[in-house]
Amino acid sequence: MVALEQELPAGLDLEVHGVSHAFDLHGAPLPVLDAVGLRAKPGEFVALLGPSGCGKSTLLRLVAGLEPPREGRILADGRPITGPHPSRVVVFQDPTLYPWRTVWDNVALGLEAQGVLRQRRNRVDEALRLVGLDGFAKAYPHQLSGGMAQRAALARALVNDPRLLVLDEPLGKLDSLTRIQMQGEIVALWRRAGFTTLLVTHDVEEALLMATRVIVFSERPARIKAEIVVDRPYPRHRDDPVLVELRHKALELLGLAGSW
Amino acid sequence: MSSLDDAAVLTGERNRSPTAPRLWLGGLAASAAWLAAAALTALWPEGEEWVRTGEFASLLAVVAGALAFAVPLLRLFGAAGERLRAAAPWLVVLALGVIGWELVTAKLDLLPRPFFAPPQALLEVYLDEWPRLLECTVASLQLLLLGYGIGAFVGFVTGVSIGWSRAVGYWVHPVLRLIGPLPATAWLPIAFFAFPSSWSASVFLIALATGVPVTILTWSGVAGVNPAYYDIARTLGASSRFLVLKVAVPAAMPHVFVGLFMGLGASFAVLVVAEMMGVKAGLGWYLQWAQGWAAYANMYAALLVMALVCSSLVTLLFKARDRLLAWQKGLLKW
Ligand SMILES: Nc1ncnc2c1ncn2[C@@H]1O[C@H](COP(=O)(O)OP(=O)(O)OP(=O)(O)O)[C@@H](O)[C@H]1O
Ligand SMILES: [Mg+2]
Repeated sequence: MVALEQELPAGLDLEVHGVSHAFDLHGAPLPVLDAVGLRAKPGEFVALLGPSGCGKSTLLRLVAGLEPPREGRILADGRPITGPHPSRVVVFQDPTLYPWRTVWDNVALGLEAQGVLRQRRNRVDEALRLVGLDGFAKAYPHQLSGGMAQRAALARALVNDPRLLVLDEPLGKLDSLTRIQMQGEIVALWRRAGFTTLLVTHDVEEALLMATRVIVFSERPARIKAEIVVDRPYPRHRDDPVLVELRHKALELLGLAGSW
Repeated sequence: MSSLDDAAVLTGERNRSPTAPRLWLGGLAASAAWLAAAALTALWPEGEEWVRTGEFASLLAVVAGALAFAVPLLRLFGAAGERLRAAAPWLVVLALGVIGWELVTAKLDLLPRPFFAPPQALLEVYLDEWPRLLECTVASLQLLLLGYGIGAFVGFVTGVSIGWSRAVGYWVHPVLRLIGPLPATAWLPIAFFAFPSSWSASVFLIALATGVPVTILTWSGVAGVNPAYYDIARTLGASSRFLVLKVAVPAAMPHVFVGLFMGLGASFAVLVVAEMMGVKAGLGWYLQWAQGWAAYANMYAALLVMALVCSSLVTLLFKARDRLLAWQKGLLKW
């Protein structure tokens, strides 16, 4: 399904070295990331878990190249990231579809921006079918439900054949059934296409079901608290005793030991 | 016994009504009202002889006849028929208005004579003067559309540039702040001697009156674009050109249209003033000329044409907006 021109591996090699970042809030610096270091090897699926407001989305913005980090280096295939590139595609927390474009045109955005839409029109239809929105190609975003908008945003990212797919709680607004289905679709797609995936989620179970590695962040400013390797074959089952064990461990790390 | 019979007839009527074509009572009333207006115009003797009273009465009678004709056929007209049905109260009131107008002017002579003309006087103007009115309308439209087009284009480009480029904003913003609030007509004396002709001066003034609101609203639209829209396009490989043309501009479009509407209103005002003050053509000039000759009927006739022209242009702009901004929900219908 992915036809790559170069001999580069399908997945991007992402390295984050000692990245610290801060925002100015009411004149005072608000430290958000504190010496974060991580690596996602080509084809890995890394999940980022952490409390709300700790700085996960901020890290993703830096990885996308939308902002430079105040300290530290971020490398893609060994080269520093200086700006956004369509090989690193982000599905933002908020779907933010363009209200003046139909769903089809929204999904086609990346191909149009790169000037390859004419050759790859069928990719748009494919992506829409994958997220189950083929019947809504001509609808406008205000005619979609919140979950449908999120799925459209996912399709908009997938048509670009990314080498690094960055997902910021892409399934947050979905009902539990669609959510389980989309988790399966994303994992299947990732295994087929071989891109590197970075997934931010609040859902411990989701992280364990999908990722090969789960990185747990502390409260703001985010530091890496622990790393959990999930060495289980796919498709995974939520009642797999190993996963249940890991879930307890992760919840404990997040300070919710008694919850489950 | 007879009251019982009546009741049966009534219920019978009611049972029949869903299938049988309902009588359009509003249409009948409207037709009757127009017929009454025609009769009153034709039969009530007038103090002073108006030349076109007969023609005017016939016109009213034609409207009455058309309405009467439409009553049984309304259902065949489809959507247009529905609109006609909804307009029935207006049609009645219009006819009553014509009757009132006839009475206070031609028939009873209640209003001071030269200033208030009866409707047949307006008809006389249209029948005798139409080539000149048409010429004036065309002249006005040419001036207006040229000035408006230039103003809207320049305003749009300026607005996008200010909203996009800090450097352009640095230079243009102070100028806009100083000049923007000034009514374009204040430039009239200067413009009329600075430009080679009063016509080109008027084009400039109309463009200015249009350009200022279009610039400001376009700018505010571009400045207010959700920054996440840019983030998304940038991560998908968009160039700056794409960000301007495919993100900033469409996102700002609702604001741009507000500016275009404001500019259109301002351009009407400047057009009329410019035609009255210097341009020797157009409906504004005609108004001025008619007033000079105390030809009040001509004045009203021109005013009515002007109202129709302005209203049509606004309608046209609304239509364009509805097409371009079909994606917006809850659009105001004009
Ligand atoms: N542009 C900004 N200016 C100032 N502060 C910001 C900005 N963006 C984010 N922050 C702050 O940085 C902190 C981390 O934000 P971030 O969006 O990265 O959190 P998060 O981990 O993604 O949270 P959540 O899981 O709730 O999405 C927050 O406290 C937020 O207030
Ligand atoms: Mg977030």
